[in-house]
Amino acid sequence: MSETGPGHLPGDGAGQEHEQEEEPRVPHRVIGTPPPAMAHTLLGDPRAAAEPPPPRELPAEPSNPAKAWTAERLAAALFVLSALASIAFIAAYVGLEVHSVDATLRSNLALGLSMSVAFLAIAAGIVIWVRNVMPDVELVEERHPLASTEPEREEFKETFTEGAEASGIAKRPLLRRTLIAASVPLAVAPLVVLRDMGPLPGTSLRHTVWRKGMRMVVYGPNTPLRAADFSTPGQMITVAPEGFPENQDVLAKAVTIIIKFAPGQLIPDRPGSPGTVMNWTVDDIVAYSKICTHVGCPVALYEQTTHHILCPCHQSTFDAAQGAQVLFGPAPRPLPQLPIGTDAEGFLIATSDYRVPVGPSFWELGASGFRGGNE
Amino acid sequence: MSATEKLIDGTGAWFDDRLRGAKIMRTWFRKVFPDHWSFLLGEIALYSFVILLLTGTFLTLFFQPSMTDIVYHGSYTPLDGVHMSEAYASTLNISFDVRGGLLMRQIHHWAAIVFVAAIMVHLLRVFFTGAFRKPRELNWVIGVTMWVLAFTEGLFGYSLPDDLLSGTGLRILEGVLLGIPIVGTYLSFFLFGGQFPGHLIIPRLYIIHVLLIPGLLLALITAHLLLMWHQKHTQMPGKGRTDTNVVGQPFYPYFMAKTGAWFLFVFAICALLSTFAQINPIWIYGPYNPSGISAGSQPDFYMGFLEGALRMWPSWRWNMLGHTWAFNVFVPALVPLGILITGLAVWPFVEQWITGDRREHHVNDRPRNAPTRTAIGMAGVTFYGILWLEGANDVIANWLNISLYVTTEIARYAIFIGPVVAYFVTKRICLGLQRKDVHILEHGVETGIIRQLPSGEYIEVTRPASGNLRAVLEARNELPRVPAIKRADGDEGPPPPSARSGIGRLRVALNRVLTESIPLPTGNGHGHGDGHGNGHAAEPAAIASGDPGHQAPGGGPTDGGDDRQGAGG
Amino acid sequence: MSWITARRRRPVAGYAVVLLGLIIIGVGYAALTGPGSAASAATPGSPSPQTLAQGERLFAVNCSSCHGNAAQGSAAAPGLIGVGAAAVDFQVSTGRMPAKELGAEVPRKPVPFTTEQIHALAAYIASLGGGPAIPSAAQVSTAGANLALGQSLFITDCAQCHNFDGAGGALTFGKFAPALTAATPTEIYEAMLTGPEAMPVFSDTTITPAQKRDIIAYVTKIRAEPNPGGFSLGRIGPVTEGIVGFLGGIGVLIFIAMWITMKRRES
Repeated sequence: MSETGPGHLPGDGAGQEHEQEEEPRVPHRVIGTPPPAMAHTLLGDPRAAAEPPPPRELPAEPSNPAKAWTAERLAAALFVLSALASIAFIAAYVGLEVHSVDATLRSNLALGLSMSVAFLAIAAGIVIWVRNVMPDVELVEERHPLASTEPEREEFKETFTEGAEASGIAKRPLLRRTLIAASVPLAVAPLVVLRDMGPLPGTSLRHTVWRKGMRMVVYGPNTPLRAADFSTPGQMITVAPEGFPENQDVLAKAVTIIIKFAPGQLIPDRPGSPGTVMNWTVDDIVAYSKICTHVGCPVALYEQTTHHILCPCHQSTFDAAQGAQVLFGPAPRPLPQLPIGTDAEGFLIATSDYRVPVGPSFWELGASGFRGGNE
Repeated sequence: MSATEKLIDGTGAWFDDRLRGAKIMRTWFRKVFPDHWSFLLGEIALYSFVILLLTGTFLTLFFQPSMTDIVYHGSYTPLDGVHMSEAYASTLNISFDVRGGLLMRQIHHWAAIVFVAAIMVHLLRVFFTGAFRKPRELNWVIGVTMWVLAFTEGLFGYSLPDDLLSGTGLRILEGVLLGIPIVGTYLSFFLFGGQFPGHLIIPRLYIIHVLLIPGLLLALITAHLLLMWHQKHTQMPGKGRTDTNVVGQPFYPYFMAKTGAWFLFVFAICALLSTFAQINPIWIYGPYNPSGISAGSQPDFYMGFLEGALRMWPSWRWNMLGHTWAFNVFVPALVPLGILITGLAVWPFVEQWITGDRREHHVNDRPRNAPTRTAIGMAGVTFYGILWLEGANDVIANWLNISLYVTTEIARYAIFIGPVVAYFVTKRICLGLQRKDVHILEHGVETGIIRQLPSGEYIEVTRPASGNLRAVLEARNELPRVPAIKRADGDEGPPPPSARSGIGRLRVALNRVLTESIPLPTGNGHGHGDGHGNGHAAEPAAIASGDPGHQAPGGGPTDGGDDRQGAGG
Repeated sequence: MSWITARRRRPVAGYAVVLLGLIIIGVGYAALTGPGSAASAATPGSPSPQTLAQGERLFAVNCSSCHGNAAQGSAAAPGLIGVGAAAVDFQVSTGRMPAKELGAEVPRKPVPFTTEQIHALAAYIASLGGGPAIPSAAQVSTAGANLALGQSLFITDCAQCHNFDGAGGALTFGKFAPALTAATPTEIYEAMLTGPEAMPVFSDTTITPAQKRDIIAYVTKIRAEPNPGGFSLGRIGPVTEGIVGFLGGIGVLIFIAMWITMKRRES
């Protein structure tokens, strides 16, 4: 292979007799390069040297005039189509109303289709133009090393050090240090003003609004529920504390599920063997927090046959018969059990707040939040 | 063409009188852009970002970022009388009561999907072709940062309508924050302005989504493009393409036209998707309330890998002195993300340290010619992919009738085994492809012409690979063998001091692995660093001093281009 | 001699007698069985002894091998005493029962019985131990339903298994909550009432009949809704959207990019 210099295609030597399809198919030009200094300034060098006009770089005529003629017609047709589609878009906007699902469907279809055709047609037209009407060219541009030359670096270094010396920052520690001392609190102050973004958590994560005697209402109709009306084994329903309708802050911790078991199915809590605290149940109805102890999704997927409660977010599974012990998944502790009873009229009530915090684990939770039997 | 001349002499002169732009604009107009389809992937991201800005502005004219509770009485009748936030109601309003509103919402969301997907495929293209090498490490880091910003932006964006699906995502975000040791509860309370959900999270996410992150992205995109413009784009190996030139078509008028058309194509595809594929139908999901959840709840795809990590992690935690380390939450939330982002961001520097290659590179690698890097990349892709699949495990379990727990159990093992298998398989494939290339170089290309010899034997005529094919096959980045001394007689001397420490030995070992490659047949190829052809005999290392940190400074990128011993075992 | 007697040996006499017999049997049979219940929501009314007997026969042939001769249950199947007509109607009219193979979940399949047979079976089981009755047409009519309340109840107590669109979802150990696309209002009512398989029970005292109607109204309304944004992609959200975004979005764009940057072959 012959010696090549920068800017020319190598490989014109051996093998050329087999290269008929590799001969340059397009006019091949090398772009004359500006002097190195020019390549590094954005706004141009005032010392512009007079240069002879370079030879023509881009041919004026397409490579294949016949193909270009067809391509031009095709591209023109596409542009006209695009214009019509844009007009159709405007017409569809003006003419088609919304305000119902069906009308929205029609409007979306019309507007979307016309917009898509408008964009597609003009884009395809431009590409056909570039590929067939513009002459094929392959240009070669030289790269220059990105690093500055040694003299340039030296000059910069000189300017920089002279300036540093003139500023005196290196030789005057009093100035330097007090400047730093001034900057640090200035930088910290903006962080401090973010303090009021929220209250401190305090102990609020440990409590919900449930209190002794508070009735449970079926979430949705918000009607209280009698134990006698919840008497079919296998029942489950979501309940909320009475008196906080549509209060999402309250619901986010207090929403609870209650499940009715057949007699003898609940496994009581014993020392060393965690289970359901029977004192906190009434008529084999047990109440658990609906807030998953993993990251807080509502855990409500109750399987009557296996009495498992499955959280659909990350598949933590709890055994509802045995104090919501964790059977599978990333949840670290059982669902807290809400102590419940009935009031004088037979409505289901809470007999206290949850004895452990509900929801995801947090730093301040501690081992007391994990006691299996919810003591 | 007097119209053109009038334009230049009239309007052009007006500006030039004030800016002195003639010379620099000529340079810009003649700037050469190399052509390859994979170079358009980054532009998909760029143009989908523009589409996001345009459609997003439209949406801000109608959206109410408020969590105030109202009762809905708009056009979507199944939700008539339902309590919801103003944010959700305004989203319903945009969808059903503003002409073109649903289309704009859908284009915005589809463009976001295309935006993050394009960033990811662009990232993979840059990685597998080694385009992150010097001088583009800075651009790579900017790119990785933009990826993180992009999916964060998407997460906040789709949470704005306050629907049940995205609200569940915010609940999970709260749970994850709570699980962070020491500062978790404070972070959560400060972000949400108190307990979940509060009434501040939507307005806060809104301003982050429409102002803060787009501002950051705009600045980073500008830096990314300016760097690319200044350093010129890389090019694929081929005939005439060297590390000291760029071969392609000029910016004006070719690239301008093509990139303009590409913008319109990206817009067209987003519009087509929005016409025929419904996305984020929040009216089906209903407004957020903390007691509701749906089976098959997933975040948008780019958050899927985090969701999968949360699903597959066992319930590890540790209680100590009244405090809880919630490993089951903050480890899956932070560790895979940390591994990916850190690994990606430092990779150019790690590779540079291992290979000792500090030359500029402007010709891309073919992935097969960097077998170890490609294999590591595929291991990373597999790692990400398993996490991503696990994020959809309940949908997969439902579609394919696999038991739910089994999917998680499989993922727990696959997350370790998968990347290892992917590494080995990919490496073997790359080496095999390299062998095939060497075979072609040695034996030539089959012509399909069968000839009968006088002896009666049939042979297939081959011809030597030539032209562009030869240039592509021979394109290799010859790496310096570091840090041993190679003397003129080819013996390796005692290792230099830097290679005797623990780190030094590690580096040598890694170097051997990373530079593993099938060597080109002798008599072929000269890398693409120099353009000097003839000296094919093995020349002693230009790195004589064993300290690979020194390269002759100030020279062109041809330094070390005569190295011939990069091909290791 | 009467007119008939004089002609009793004519060839046509035989045919006339057969025809008369058929007419008597047909009319008598129709009179005995009454009109078949066309609407699946029609309440069978109090069952006659024939219905119960028919139900018992059907039970003996199709169900007793798993459920026991007296519907007491066995290792393979639960007892049916007290499950009520509603449970039977649900399981059999959706084709789940008789189960062909016992897996984690028994899916819906084509129904081998007529509505009348199903009601007979249901009446028989109800006679064994009572239980919830098949809802009447009025009970499942959605006219005047409170959609807002239905939405709220559905999202809170149903969507976690059945998905907010009723597309169904995965449960544990191979079970699944079926999609609600094919369920009739009666079937939805009965399912809530009886809690089939793993589904919990939502009795009428907890979710009242009116509230059940609201839920049914919401479910039937949204599943019938057209998709204004285009094809629904299953309405399950980001999983299918991500697949379409990559394949349909990035994939198509890559093909277009290849076209734009293709090298031209000179002719």
